[in-house]
This record gives sequence, structure tokens and C-alpha cells, in this order.
Amino acid sequence: MSNTLFSAGHTACAGCGQSLAARLVIDAAGKNTIIVNNTGCLEVFSTKYPESAWNVPFIHSLFENCAAVASGVESALKYLGTKDRINVIAQAGDGGTADIGLQALSGMLERGHDILYVCYDNEAYMNTGVQRSGLTPFDTNTTTSPAGARSSGNVRPKKPLPEIAVAHGIPYVATASSGFPQDLQRKVKKAISIKGPKYIQVHAPCPLGWRYESDALVLISKLAVDTGLYPLFEYESGVITGRKQITPKPVEEYLKIQGRFKHLMSNLEELKKIQEIADSNIKKYGLKAEQTA
Amino acid sequence: MKQFIEGSHAVAEAVRLCRPGVISAYPITPQTHIVEDLAAMVSEGKLDSQTVNVESEHSAASVVLGASATGVRAYTATSSQGLFYMMEVVFNIAGLRLPIVMTDANRAISAPINIWNDQQDTISLRDSGWIQLYAENIQDTVDLHFMAYRIAEDKSMMLPVMVCMDGFTLTHGIETVDIPSQEEVDKFLPPYKPLYKLDVDNPMTIGPLVDPEYYTETRYAIEKTHEEALKFIPKVMADFSKAFGRNYNGLVEAYRLEDAEKVIVAMGSVCGTIKDVIDELRSKGKKVGLLKVVSYRPFPGQAICDALKKVSKVGVLDRAVSLGATAPIAADVKAAFFGKKKAPKVISSFVVGLGGRDITKDSIKEIYRLLGTKELSGEFIDLKPELLKESYE
Amino acid sequence: MFGPLIAKPGSSQSNKTGSWRSGLKPKYLKKNCIACNMCAIICPEKCISGEGKNNYDCDYNFCKGCGLCATVCPKKDIEMVKEEGK
Repeated sequence: MSNTLFSAGHTACAGCGQSLAARLVIDAAGKNTIIVNNTGCLEVFSTKYPESAWNVPFIHSLFENCAAVASGVESALKYLGTKDRINVIAQAGDGGTADIGLQALSGMLERGHDILYVCYDNEAYMNTGVQRSGLTPFDTNTTTSPAGARSSGNVRPKKPLPEIAVAHGIPYVATASSGFPQDLQRKVKKAISIKGPKYIQVHAPCPLGWRYESDALVLISKLAVDTGLYPLFEYESGVITGRKQITPKPVEEYLKIQGRFKHLMSNLEELKKIQEIADSNIKKYGLKAEQTA
Repeated sequence: MKQFIEGSHAVAEAVRLCRPGVISAYPITPQTHIVEDLAAMVSEGKLDSQTVNVESEHSAASVVLGASATGVRAYTATSSQGLFYMMEVVFNIAGLRLPIVMTDANRAISAPINIWNDQQDTISLRDSGWIQLYAENIQDTVDLHFMAYRIAEDKSMMLPVMVCMDGFTLTHGIETVDIPSQEEVDKFLPPYKPLYKLDVDNPMTIGPLVDPEYYTETRYAIEKTHEEALKFIPKVMADFSKAFGRNYNGLVEAYRLEDAEKVIVAMGSVCGTIKDVIDELRSKGKKVGLLKVVSYRPFPGQAICDALKKVSKVGVLDRAVSLGATAPIAADVKAAFFGKKKAPKVISSFVVGLGGRDITKDSIKEIYRLLGTKELSGEFIDLKPELLKESYE
Repeated sequence: MFGPLIAKPGSSQSNKTGSWRSGLKPKYLKKNCIACNMCAIICPEKCISGEGKNNYDCDYNFCKGCGLCATVCPKKDIEMVKEEGK
């Protein structure tokens, strides 16, 4: 049985992007780490009493307060004088971060706590049945933004959470993806070597919610990045210092292999809008390989 | 050392003497002076605490939850709307058995917004699992904080404690208070030794998902602890009385109860007014008395039955309502007596002093006057019927 | 004494999720494996391990049959095959 701080036996779906990402994060951070987790898929499938997958200290309180609870853990460690050798990681899903958890996150970032916040972005409230969140992409079919005769799905674009984190003036913000495991682990290691608040948003494909075969995770992750729909970048103290360069692929290649976008396949007008989002990301972050001049 | 001091400042002194490691609070009238004082103490180097100025009460409670779970003594204070905003965290803290102490400056509940004193806020959280202790005066409030940490952190308890002090009346009132020395408090209150904590050398998962096969026993355990607390709290009070020379006699306090025919049951600073009225009426030969409730949760049902079983007329004074049902303390008192052979003939329920409406000596005299052979239910004292005449059409 | 409040670390290992597989399981051909470790990295259950070329295996007690290891192997040395008896 392999050496890991996130044991097997957890009840995540087969091929779950979030379980993969969570394991990569804690294995990169090491055993001197305290995890503070919001309610969500990760907490539910990894800590169902009497079983816990976690081999590090772990606390779960409520749905929206991991950033605040982590602030308390960090303050206690500061009081005890042990903060320098113990990492504090606050983790939540996209709903628990961008929507209900935004207040606590903003407070934690603003107060400058030495905490890494990891948002596992599977782009909907997956644990409660695939409802739309603030990080659900434009035109996605979810149960509360269903595609139908009068709607092509979610009417709003993703809330720009990494930019919101950058706007708080924190030392490190990055996006990462479950399909790029070594990149994710590098970013986690880099983040915890920096003092102060850090934010990493991890694209975590969900076979059930996005409706694809479980073994397509790496393909889908790569296409999300290669179309420009999920740019991978790093900001340090407000300046972009790294981005994954791409040779852009058309967004259809990414959308057509997921059931949640099936309704768009014959809708040229909506596909054009999504392509515009991708193109705007490519321009904004300088993703095109040759573009950075 | 005796000081002529404002209630909030006295509470801040008491908290400082308890040596909390993490303090986190969000400002709300009338708790503000407590937290401002603590911040000033830290900035002057008089208190070695991490203070976290959070962006909401929900986060304040979450911060102290995280700190306590990491094995550090933690403190917060709030009032009214703030207490309601942190409500789900309050239940969470009790459920996780974290020995946090919180001061609540009792204040009315919106809507309509009202910043003045009544007890609707903490009484509305009586189901949370927290131990709730109510202070009559500022000395009480100070002393209850030391006892609160002792009670909360005992391994047989491991339950959070709310110290409830009437907003403005006690927070902003000024009294002569004996603030003990650090050495005296250290002797009474040893450092916090957690039963379990977040520790990289001994990892564990706190707050797992618990399904129907497992959940009930956690609530049963808290219920059992409250039953134990009925015996443990008086023990701590006795220890305190011995150590500091100020007498705290238990979950309830009887005032001139011996041959009383009419007794008011009440909680909080109003008891001071009631005692003055009793002295006045007794001097005129009226046989009246007071039973003050100090510990509202756990509810001292047996102690109340023992104290009042021979009294024929009992009036329960509630500074709160349970809209649509019997007023809260009255309901608890009636439930305590149900089925008992020896019980008062009449237990009447009075609602008074909501939204900071002053409870005067006349209000108390009115209650004693109304305490007759006819049982009254939810009788509002000092009601102004003319205010109900306004029409919105 | 407080009832079920705390779970022990790593206790999830008593839950053998290998029973979830519904037909396919990974077969390690051990012919062209270059020990790049990608399969071990990508497995969400972290039940794949090995040392050196052609020496990787998975703990079938936990393998859920998601097929990710087979998709990432650069040498196509892992095949998803029908499970015996299913």
C-alpha cells in the first residue's frame, strides 16, 4: 500500500478529480499540515464516521467557514509559537468558496493570515446534486440552470475568483488542474514556502456532474487548458509570473465530450459566445505560445 | 483590588486574567467596550493574545472554534443580531465539545431593530447545548467568567459556556467591583489541557460526517453532561467562594424565601430591583420573595422544585418571549413542577422589559399585585395599548 | 464518552473499495514500463506502486476501475481488461 497522507478507501466516485487533487495537495504539503475543510464532496467522502482517509490533523466545521476556522487554527499556532513549522490549508469546493464562503475567504485574505486556501473547482454544487454555483461556466447545464426550450443553461460567466484573490494584494495566487498533477504539486510546494495568504484554484473534473466516462479526466483537463477556457497561471504579489502556453484548440473539442454541454452542439450562436470567452482569456493572460512579447 | 469601574471594562479585566490565547469578535452594541479594551490591552503589551478582527460574527465564532480545536483557550463576545448570525457556529461548537467562553451582552432582537436590553437573544439559543449563566450585577459577571472557563474546560464537561450580562444595564453601568489578582486567578484557573486537538504529532479527524447509525449518541452525551453539570457547577461555585471569599450558592439563589407566599422567579439584573422591592414590601409585612435563576442551562428544575414546593403563588418573570407559546422560563418552570405532588397552586407567566423598557419598582409591585389565585398566562406588564391603535390603511 | 465525534487517521482503509469495480480492471503488462510513475501519480486512490521498470502493480482491494492509469501510461503498458467472473 503506497505511502500517502490521503488513504484509499474513501468513497469518492471512480475517477473523481477532486479526490485526486486533494491527495496531490496533501502529499505535496507533507505531514506537518493541518487541514480545515468545508462541507462538500471531499469532506463527505473522506470523513464518513468511523472512517477517515486523512493521515494529518483534519477539522470540518460548516459549509462556509473553513477560511475563518483556519484563521483560528493559524492564530492558535502563532500563540503557541509553532506556526513556522506547521502548514495550515483551508479547502473547499467552488460553491463553498465563491458563493457562501466568499465573505470568510475575503476576511482571511485581507487579514493576511499565513494560510493556503485551495478551492476545488468542479464547477457546480456537486455534493447536493449538480446545482449551479458562481463558478459554473457560461451555458452549462446544471439542475438549477437547466438547458431547455427557453434556456441554453447557466446565463452567467464564471466569477473571476483568482482575480478577486489577486485584488486582495496577497503574495501568491495560482490556478491548477487535476489533469496536470506535477504542476499542481509544484504550485502547492511553492505556495507553502511563502508567508501570508495564498490562493490556489484547482480545476477538478467530475465524471458524474460533467457526464463523461471516468477515464477521460486527463483528456478533459488538457482540453480545458488548451481551449483557453481554464487558463493555468500564477500571480505573485499582483504580477503574473507564469502561465501555461497553449496552441489554442476550438472550444467544441472540449465541450463535445461532456454531457453537460451536449445541448450546445447544434447551437452555433452559443458556441460562438463560449469561443469569445476562451479568446478573451487567451488574450488577457497571454496564453498563445509566441504571444508574450 | 476594588475598582469603581464600568461593566464592560470589568469583563475585559476578567477575560485578561483568564489568559486567553486567541480572542476574536465583531463589534456590536453594547458589547463593544469589552473587545476594545482587550485590543488596547494587547497593544499595550498587558495581554499576550492573538486578536483577530473578523469580518462578521459567524467568522468570529469560527475563529474561536478553530483556535479551541488547536488546543488554545479562546474567547469571543457578542450580542443580539451577532449571536443570531453566529448561531450555526454556536451549535457547531457545542456539538464538537469545545470549551469556549463567550460573553453575551443581552439585547433585543430585530425586527424592529432595538439595541436595548432584554434576554431574547441568549434565551433563543437555549437549545444549543451551551451552558448559560446569568449575572445579576457586575461583580457577578466578572466572577462568572473565571468559573465559566473552569467549568467548560473540565474533562467531565467539555462544553462551551455563555456568560450573559444585561446590555447597557451591566455593560455600561458602573459599580464597585473587586478584580482579583493574576496570582489568585491562576490558582483557581489552571492552563487549558485539551482532551483532543489538532496536532501534527497525533493526527485525528474532528467533525466527521455521522450518519443515522451514529448521530443520536452525540446528543445523548451532551444531555448527560448537562445533568452532570447540575452537580458540577455548584462544586465550582463552592471552590470559587472558598478561594475568593465571595459566596456563590449554586444554580439558583433564594432571597427571603422562608415564609414567602408570593415569589417571583427571574434572571439577570432585574433581580437587583426585585430584591429592593422585596425589602420594601417586607417592611410593610408582605410575605414576598425571589428565586433568582443563575444557571438557565442546564435548567435547575429540581432546585426550583425544592425551593418553591411550599409556595402557593409563583410568578415567572420573562424578559423574552416564545412567540406562539408559553414564555420560555415560565414554560421550563411549569415543566419542572408537572406531576410533582408538592407544587405551587398558581404559576403565572409575566413578560416585561422587552426592548429595554425599564423595569421599575412599580412594575415589580404590579407583578406581586397580579399574583393572585387566578393563573395568568403571558401577562405583559407595562404594556402601552395606545401604541396598538395605529392603522396602516 | 462524547459519542462518535472523532475519526481515527487512515481508518478509511477498512473500506475495500475494490468491490466497486463493475467489469473492468487494469492489467499491468510489465513489458514496456519505464517506471515514469505517472500511473501512481494519477490514481485517485493512490493504490498503484512500484519500484523500477516493469515492476508496477495496483492494490485491487481499493482499485475502483476508473481507468485513469491506462490512459496516462506513455507506453500503453496498462490495459483495462474484463474482470474474471463478472
